[in-house]
Amino acid sequence: MSVIEKQSVAEIKARNKELIAEVLKVYPEKTAKRRAKHLNVHENGKSDCGVKSNIKSIPGVMTIRGCAYAGSKGVVWGPIKDMIHISHGPVGCGQYSWAARRNYYIGTTGIDTFVTMQFTSDFQEKDIVFGGDKKLAKIMDEIQELFPLNNGITVQSECPIGLIGDDIEAVSKVKSKEYDGKTIVPVRCEGFRGVSQSLGHHIANDAIRDWVFDKLPADAAPRFEPSDYDVAIIGDYNIGGDAWSSRILLEEMGLRVIAQWSGDGSLAELEATPKAKLNVLHCYRSMNYISRHMEEKYNIPWCEYNFFGPSKIAESLRKIASYFDDKIKEGAERVIAKYQPLMDAVIAKYRPRLEGKTVMLFVGGLRPRHVIGAYEDLGMEVVGTGYEFGHNDDYQRTAQHYVKDGTLIYDDVTGYEFEKFVEKVQPDLVGSGIKEKYVFQKMGVPFRQMHSWDYSGPYHGYDGFAIFARDMDMAINSPVWKMAKAPWKQAPKPLLQAAE
Amino acid sequence: MTQSAEHVLDHFELFRGPEYQQMLANKKKMFENPRDPAEVERIREWAKTPEYREKNFAREALTVNPAKACQPLGAVFVAVGFEKTLPFVHGSQGCVAYYRSHLSRHFKEPSSCVSSSMTEDAAVFGGLNNMIDGLANAYNMYKPKMIAVSTTCMAEVIGDDLNAFIKTSKEKGSVPAEYDVPFAHTPAFVGSHVTGYDNAMKGILEHFWDGKAGTAPKLERVPNEKINFIGGFDGYTVGNIREVKHIFEEMGIEYTILGDNSNVFDTPTDGEFRMYDGGTTLEEAANAVHAKATISMQHYCTEKTLPLIKNHGQEVVSFHHPVGVTGTDAFVMALSRITGKEIPESIALERGRLVDAIADSSAHIHGKKFAIYGDPDLCLGLAAFLLELGAEPTHVLATNGNKDWAEKVQAVFDSSPFGKNCHVYPGKDLWHMRSLLFTEPVDFLIGNTYGKYLERDTGTPLIRIGFPIFDRHHKHRYPVWGYQGGLNVLVTILDKIFDEIDRNTNVPAKSDYSFDIIR
Ligand code: SF4
Ligand code: SF4
Repeated sequence: MSVIEKQSVAEIKARNKELIAEVLKVYPEKTAKRRAKHLNVHENGKSDCGVKSNIKSIPGVMTIRGCAYAGSKGVVWGPIKDMIHISHGPVGCGQYSWAARRNYYIGTTGIDTFVTMQFTSDFQEKDIVFGGDKKLAKIMDEIQELFPLNNGITVQSECPIGLIGDDIEAVSKVKSKEYDGKTIVPVRCEGFRGVSQSLGHHIANDAIRDWVFDKLPADAAPRFEPSDYDVAIIGDYNIGGDAWSSRILLEEMGLRVIAQWSGDGSLAELEATPKAKLNVLHCYRSMNYISRHMEEKYNIPWCEYNFFGPSKIAESLRKIASYFDDKIKEGAERVIAKYQPLMDAVIAKYRPRLEGKTVMLFVGGLRPRHVIGAYEDLGMEVVGTGYEFGHNDDYQRTAQHYVKDGTLIYDDVTGYEFEKFVEKVQPDLVGSGIKEKYVFQKMGVPFRQMHSWDYSGPYHGYDGFAIFARDMDMAINSPVWKMAKAPWKQAPKPLLQAAE
Repeated sequence: MTQSAEHVLDHFELFRGPEYQQMLANKKKMFENPRDPAEVERIREWAKTPEYREKNFAREALTVNPAKACQPLGAVFVAVGFEKTLPFVHGSQGCVAYYRSHLSRHFKEPSSCVSSSMTEDAAVFGGLNNMIDGLANAYNMYKPKMIAVSTTCMAEVIGDDLNAFIKTSKEKGSVPAEYDVPFAHTPAFVGSHVTGYDNAMKGILEHFWDGKAGTAPKLERVPNEKINFIGGFDGYTVGNIREVKHIFEEMGIEYTILGDNSNVFDTPTDGEFRMYDGGTTLEEAANAVHAKATISMQHYCTEKTLPLIKNHGQEVVSFHHPVGVTGTDAFVMALSRITGKEIPESIALERGRLVDAIADSSAHIHGKKFAIYGDPDLCLGLAAFLLELGAEPTHVLATNGNKDWAEKVQAVFDSSPFGKNCHVYPGKDLWHMRSLLFTEPVDFLIGNTYGKYLERDTGTPLIRIGFPIFDRHHKHRYPVWGYQGGLNVLVTILDKIFDEIDRNTNVPAKSDYSFDIIR
């Protein structure tokens, strides 16, 4: 399908600009003006992608975004495995997000770990009318009685909480006292706050600062002997085991991982993190806040890294090692060398099948840039990308380190725009979420879910790259796509159509 | 190193390798501050006891692993069953992302729906502007024939008035004055997704029949011979609606399916994305007022809709998700009674085949104990079917079932000697079910995908019937209604029973004398 290869960058830019102008025609004038600011064609040398971001989605356009609750409960807090996270409010939000994110963990679910469970206050009308604080207090008692091995509780606020004036902070404080200083964290992540999941990340980060870090006794003895090589993995949610296939590399190079935030993480790990020598940050978008805080307050430097694909992994291992002594630097080289044969074999096997294939992405706040290197390792080219809830600093990183000249950029893309872009650009693969998956597959375009790894993974680290390469190959080269058009309907020039 | 390019290991194999196992054990020991394994074991065992069950059932505030969703999901499900209709949910946008994902994960289909994306300022000033802009945008972009509005709990808590908002939006030119924008308030803190289904269906019928929110004359009912059919919230809608159409057609009945989403949740992969497909036409929806009668397949999905229809002069008949012989008999006999059409031989033949299948296999089901959970009507239908197979629906649980429902389930138990030791649990959740399965074990559990956690913890084999089914594919394409649907349910149950017998008899030189080749 790659029509693009034969075109010059100038032609591509012209085509993309035309495409943007064309999609904007569908909107009422006011909306077109607003959406125009979110769409652009990347120009080499620019410091960002030239789009506005992190502003309100427009009503009625079919945004792909979620809400602050999703950012807090779904992303940051939910994976902390030994705490119980109450979806506080009506039943829906917790039900739809129940176990849907594939944050892998080890533990006895329901006894000492609780990630794949749905705890909810299941608000009824009377709770809305009379307030839910009493109910919340009682819920905490019942949790203590029925789940005695829980190590803490968080309250994940859904929309109504902030609207009916409940005081979840007061309830949390009282109950914490009653249970001998138990960690109980109220989180104000009501879905109407902010413009996307993003503010939920921030609020959740702040809640860790205020209700975990700030409650730590200053003189508490660490549970383990600190070492010079202690690091914490920040912003890896262990989707399909990503944090594990990352951790193993850090340990192999001689570092000691004292905490995982938050995939397969525990309260003890959160509490230990201020003792780290370096915070290594994968998802910048969702956890830069707490990293900055730890830098300010505890003097812990932080270092962004990227464990997608061998080029970025090697670059990242060296970057992380640069914060340490020669032992670790040598360790990094040793790890890179150790996995080189595996990487060579993976690339030898899959690159010939994927060379020159084009990809369009639309993911959350990190992967729209982070996975580009992995595709390039396989000889593929990302021709369009955008963030569901990125900020300008994400677009800066994207522009400065990742995308090529002429790449189509779309922030908070609408269903309509994405469909039109794909229809016209005709990439060989689209990587986005579950809501987009079937739209494009119906159009005959291969697709991979890039939030949940389409139930596969891990994709991080060297072990993960083998799976990534295999998955991209099986998506693109599946025989099914050749069958989408009935043979008696094959037009000389197939034209993909979207709904009108 | 365990990973290889030749044989790529997936997560379920990769992490079992010694390097990873060692790493994970170390992580736990050093950094997780883990509980004493003996203590974990003690609590794990304690959670299986009658004592724990008692505490668990004494819960008054906490809900753990409920089997229900919230109202707007049901409203979205209804909306897409009408011709080129775009569901529009007024309130926060996150909810809509959730409904779409939820439906897509079950049906493996696109799920189109827009939100009015209300944020903090709308919480203060109300969401009128969001409605005005939202309707205009959706109308221009997605060219729907109709926009069906419902609400998230945010809009409900702040008290937005849909009727007034839609009227104002029309005045401001968001959509043409005569354009169809039915609406329903769907507060998430009342009822569940089945309530949302009811409210949305009622909203749409009211819109077309009762003067489009005061913008058109009310329709005058001119009775005809047609029958309306309402399926209710149904994870098998694709297979079921087609099966029901087949029955109507065999019987020569003229019918209207209200909310026919069987096509939109089953579109082909042929190079074209169909945002809309099939569905009840708006004309049919309006003309449905003239029908002779309306049949609801799921009573609890139409508790408000049916009285509305009845008030327009039609006969209304409701069922509880009939599954199997007796349930389907009642359904087709009701059709025959209402329409005066005879039940054709072809249907009798289908019935005979289901009875034949039951006769062939009932020995394997007879006397087996089952736990069932799901939506209220589904539970009733399945319980009745199990009883007619000679099985015992020992525990029947619906998180969104009420007292009235419990009485109906009890009546079903009482109708059969096999129902003697069976119990019904309204308003309980799957953590209650866990206690039931430990303290009063059964042979099989019937439920949706989340039942797999109960299967893992209690060892009760799970038969997946219900909504959502995320971890098995394409079940929604096969009916569970009609005699053919009964056959599908029978086979689903039997397959699990046989798999279990084989699994329990496959140890060489130990148990494999019973590893029979003929069963
Ligand atoms: S915020 Fe309310 S309407 Fe939205 S998903 Fe949650 S419960 Fe349902
Ligand atoms: S990696 Fe992407 S999907 Fe994951 S939390 Fe960050 S932004 Fe969200």
